[in-house]
Amino acid sequence: MYYNSEIETMPRGDIEKLQMMRLKKALNAAASTQYYSRLYREAGIDVSKITTFDHMQELPFTTKNDLRMSYPAGMVAVPLSETVRMHASSGTTGKSTVIFYTRRDIDQWADQVARAMYSTGARKEDILQNMMGYGLFTGGIGLHYGAEKLGCLVIPSAAGNSLRQIQLMQDFHPTIIHITPSYALHLVEVIKGQGIDPHSLKIKKAYFGAEPYSNATATKLEQLWGVKAYSCYGLSEMNGPGVAFDCVRQAGMHIAEDYYIPEIIDPETGQRLPDGTEGELVLTHINREAMPIIRYRTRDLTRIIPETCSCGKTHRRIERIKGRSDDMIIVGGVNVFPSQIETVIMNIPEIGNNYQIILEREEGLDRMHIKVEIYSKMFKGDLKALQKLNKDIVEKLRALIIVTPKVEFMEPGSLPPSEGKAKRVFDNREI
Amino acid sequence: MPRQVSVFAENKPGKISRVTEILSRNNINIRAITISDSGDYGIIKLLLDKPDQGNECLKSEGIASTLKDIVSVKIDDSPGGLHKAASLLAANSINVEDAYGFTIREKNQAVFVFQVDDVPLTEKLLTNAGFELLSEGELYLL
Repeated sequence: MYYNSEIETMPRGDIEKLQMMRLKKALNAAASTQYYSRLYREAGIDVSKITTFDHMQELPFTTKNDLRMSYPAGMVAVPLSETVRMHASSGTTGKSTVIFYTRRDIDQWADQVARAMYSTGARKEDILQNMMGYGLFTGGIGLHYGAEKLGCLVIPSAAGNSLRQIQLMQDFHPTIIHITPSYALHLVEVIKGQGIDPHSLKIKKAYFGAEPYSNATATKLEQLWGVKAYSCYGLSEMNGPGVAFDCVRQAGMHIAEDYYIPEIIDPETGQRLPDGTEGELVLTHINREAMPIIRYRTRDLTRIIPETCSCGKTHRRIERIKGRSDDMIIVGGVNVFPSQIETVIMNIPEIGNNYQIILEREEGLDRMHIKVEIYSKMFKGDLKALQKLNKDIVEKLRALIIVTPKVEFMEPGSLPPSEGKAKRVFDNREI
Repeated sequence: MPRQVSVFAENKPGKISRVTEILSRNNINIRAITISDSGDYGIIKLLLDKPDQGNECLKSEGIASTLKDIVSVKIDDSPGGLHKAASLLAANSINVEDAYGFTIREKNQAVFVFQVDDVPLTEKLLTNAGFELLSEGELYLL
């Protein structure tokens, strides 16, 4: 029933002991890095004094910006020759946040994912069609290694190219799919459009990740596909997918507590909140050699479910992510910060500084519309020049944020001014 | 050299009337109007009796407006009248970007107004071929 019953059903007291033991190791490793050694020295923190969960509150948070500032390897605790992999996610101003892994880290991560998949009922006989992006993004490759570790056949089909996805499904009969909820909504319609009944495929389970979605969407997807839906949570800073995963009960995602120490904080004050209260998830990675990241502010809003799960696992669960405590938006599984869009807009003289980002879902796919104003002083009265300008802006944005938006030109003064707290993002998607 | 006013406008109800209201309030007469549309937005081109003043009025009310040089040539109001001018431009590989024409009833004449990249060259070609160009004053006060 368990992949590793000793770890998965460990009594709470023992889990906490294990966590503190691993925390000590992680803090020592962190204190050897360029970034944390300076941070702790300046803050007068002696890491050997941090021996309890309560003590941890003395440690400063680590943010995405801190990772960016220590680009590329200021938080790495091993010689780079010991690392075997890196992944990166987009940063707010173009510079990526990079995560390094040693061979042990990669093996551990694979084990963590294999264990989570096992808890959903996956076995070596299963076939996984992995429709997440491969590459610098961790979504595809993270599940890939875990499924291989479990012994599954993996179809590394990556995202997109729906007709090929369907062909692979018909020819190789995957029993599990890993996919973003928005792409799943789209793909099922394409399948039906081909005259194929999605229920006639052999797929039994769907792992959904990379973007928030509601219970209603989960139910809808289960019905449309004829599968059981399991949520998968992760972020590259904490390895990638597999940080928390639904078990067979589908009643909240178990955090791999032998890998992470989770905390919930009030995003405004930074104060720790008790289990059961909704707030921002903060994670400390206590089982990674290359990059021991301490008290990382995920910006994801959720709550820890205090009750124990009937599956028998003792690792606590979190609820599906409710939203973000910053302005990051997720479009088709890709993380986008409005500030990235702003940077592009500010550097184009023909348009003004005000903008609006409108998110919509058309036929199951996320669409981003960006409204910008024509800048009067640079207006040349030439329609062709405007059309070319529009194309150029779309291309510049696409290059930076990966998503291809539609850019709409507006008359000067038609958007609210940039001073103060103008609402910039309008998310009209139903999740 | 005659000029027309080019105005950026979203393709939405009320966008033309906002422009015409400002011009009307400032006692500026519209001699001709065309709209080039690109889906969500377009450019309104206005031939005004007082183009400089019209442009300033529109700009002062926050509208993206600018002046563009145009060529205006007199042609006969009879079959083949426009063709003569058009074929001359074609023979010289001059691309007409935006054009419109109107007739002047009492004179049995027509005016062909258009935008090109190289206005002086186009004017020279037309004059050399015997066409009569309209000056600013003539065009605005037709």
